[in-house]
Amino acid sequence: MEKSILRATVFSQEQIANQIYSMWLQADAIAAAAVPGQFVSVYCNDSGRMLPRPISICETDQQGGRIRLVYRVAGKGTAEFAGYQAGDTLDVLGPLGNGFPLERCPAGRTAFLIGGGIGIPPMVELSKRLEGQVQVIAGYRDELFLTDELAANGALYLSVESGDLFQALSADAGSGAGAFPLKESVPEQQGVVGTCASVRGITKGNVLDCIRENQLQADVIYACGPTPMLRAVKAYAQEKGIECYLSLEQRMACGIGACLACVCESTEKDAHSQVNNKRICKEGPVFAAGEVSL
Amino acid sequence: MINTKVTIAGVELKNPVMTASGTFGSGMEYGEFVNLSRLGAVVTKGVANVPWPGNPTPRVAEIRGGMMNAIGLQNPGIETFCSRDLPFLANYDTAVVVNVCGRTTEDYVEVVERLSDEETVDLLEINISCPNVKCGGISFGQNPDSAEAITREIKKHAKQPVIMKLSPNVTDITELARAAEAGGADALSMINTLTGMKIDVNRRTFALANRTGGVSGPAVHPIAVRMVYQSAQAVKIPIIGMGGITCAEDALEFLLAGATAVAVGTANFRNPQITMDVINGIEDYMRRQKVENICDLIGAVK
Repeated sequence: MEKSILRATVFSQEQIANQIYSMWLQADAIAAAAVPGQFVSVYCNDSGRMLPRPISICETDQQGGRIRLVYRVAGKGTAEFAGYQAGDTLDVLGPLGNGFPLERCPAGRTAFLIGGGIGIPPMVELSKRLEGQVQVIAGYRDELFLTDELAANGALYLSVESGDLFQALSADAGSGAGAFPLKESVPEQQGVVGTCASVRGITKGNVLDCIRENQLQADVIYACGPTPMLRAVKAYAQEKGIECYLSLEQRMACGIGACLACVCESTEKDAHSQVNNKRICKEGPVFAAGEVSL
Repeated sequence: MINTKVTIAGVELKNPVMTASGTFGSGMEYGEFVNLSRLGAVVTKGVANVPWPGNPTPRVAEIRGGMMNAIGLQNPGIETFCSRDLPFLANYDTAVVVNVCGRTTEDYVEVVERLSDEETVDLLEINISCPNVKCGGISFGQNPDSAEAITREIKKHAKQPVIMKLSPNVTDITELARAAEAGGADALSMINTLTGMKIDVNRRTFALANRTGGVSGPAVHPIAVRMVYQSAQAVKIPIIGMGGITCAEDALEFLLAGATAVAVGTANFRNPQITMDVINGIEDYMRRQKVENICDLIGAVK
């Protein structure tokens, strides 16, 4: 008994792209316990906003007792978070949910870590913890973020939707074989900011276009991103016979499995609900692709 | 010494603080955060005769000072509830109130009869006020004649005392309170959520897949206090007051308005330990105000 919300102190706050913020929180108990793919409930200090915001854990620094949240400002609650600076405090509950099954990619196996948009952040900690070979496929719309972190722990491939961003990146790409030595920093243009370490390939299109263009292969897939992307990844995995785990998202209220707000459709009758519904906050957010209907 | 005990239909509660149905599951998840035995009662999420899948998502949305939900009474059905949830609750020294939902009178009766031999169950709360399901729920709770009729039918079959949970989505809640009393209800609980709508202006769509949902949280608290007060003037049976309680003061308002007990709902989502804060706060208030017996507060504001 006696889990509890903890009062976390903001260690640092930084805007890393348009509407995308990176916040490190001093939260020792959460940092010690968290596994990749888990999330935290972050509560607004404004008591008029009652519901916690579920935010996936991007990275943990176990020695320092810190967790990193990379989040998009999507409304008033996340705008409040973005206004906090080092030393400010916030209520946080977690880690919550199940996390990615690390044991499915031991040494000798190869994984795709597929992240789309604000589904990219949890891939950072996952890339650090997997023992197998990591290939990160990160899908961006019109600006990059977290590329240095992702490239540090695996082979990074980018897919970009924006033609402008693709051209800017391609122009920066050198002619070296294998890796594209990109400039450290993509110049700011039309609100596009971001840094980019060495990446193995850049594709104009979606994450699956990127996998196909680079003729990549894997034994297991871990994915997080918008539902259309997850649906396509699931179909791809099925077609290729690749084991696949998807991290889902839904509006939540309690975050701990009681309110039944954040359900997803399950392919089989769920033991807890006795219907074809699973709680994303409790049984998830990570599901084997075959467990859920998208 | 202060005495926080209250009695609802012959069932003694160690204090007047209960959980509001649907916000607390059957207590399993919250049992990791609070000592359930400190609660006056655990009120379970509504259970029907068979499993219900509930509504499409999104099922919740935040509003200023509260939230809206359209869960749609998803529940695992009475058999799973009796084999899993009741044995869990039997481990705790708290009263157990089972919230019952149904589409037809027969559905309600089936659940009530199934529960009649369950010794863990102290009270039944009959949900005739859910705004988020097409059949049953609120359709029984907006018309005094049907409210009286279903109360009477349930009373014929119920072994435990019956609490009728009323909807605020009516012109005059006292008519429904009187109807339930006339049908033989042992107690009333109010209010269920207020029907509302939220529109996402960026996506130009409804925030909830169900389009409408039930509004709860601090925003509805004054409405609930008013309805409890009016109903307390209209009926003799005890009332359990709920709607937007976030602290002891909010709970005390209900007691002073005439409620015998209170239920904490939406605030559990903001703080899973809030029920303990409310209980402690009521005790502090009693010491501060030198109130020895909590019953002296019930209906003290005329």
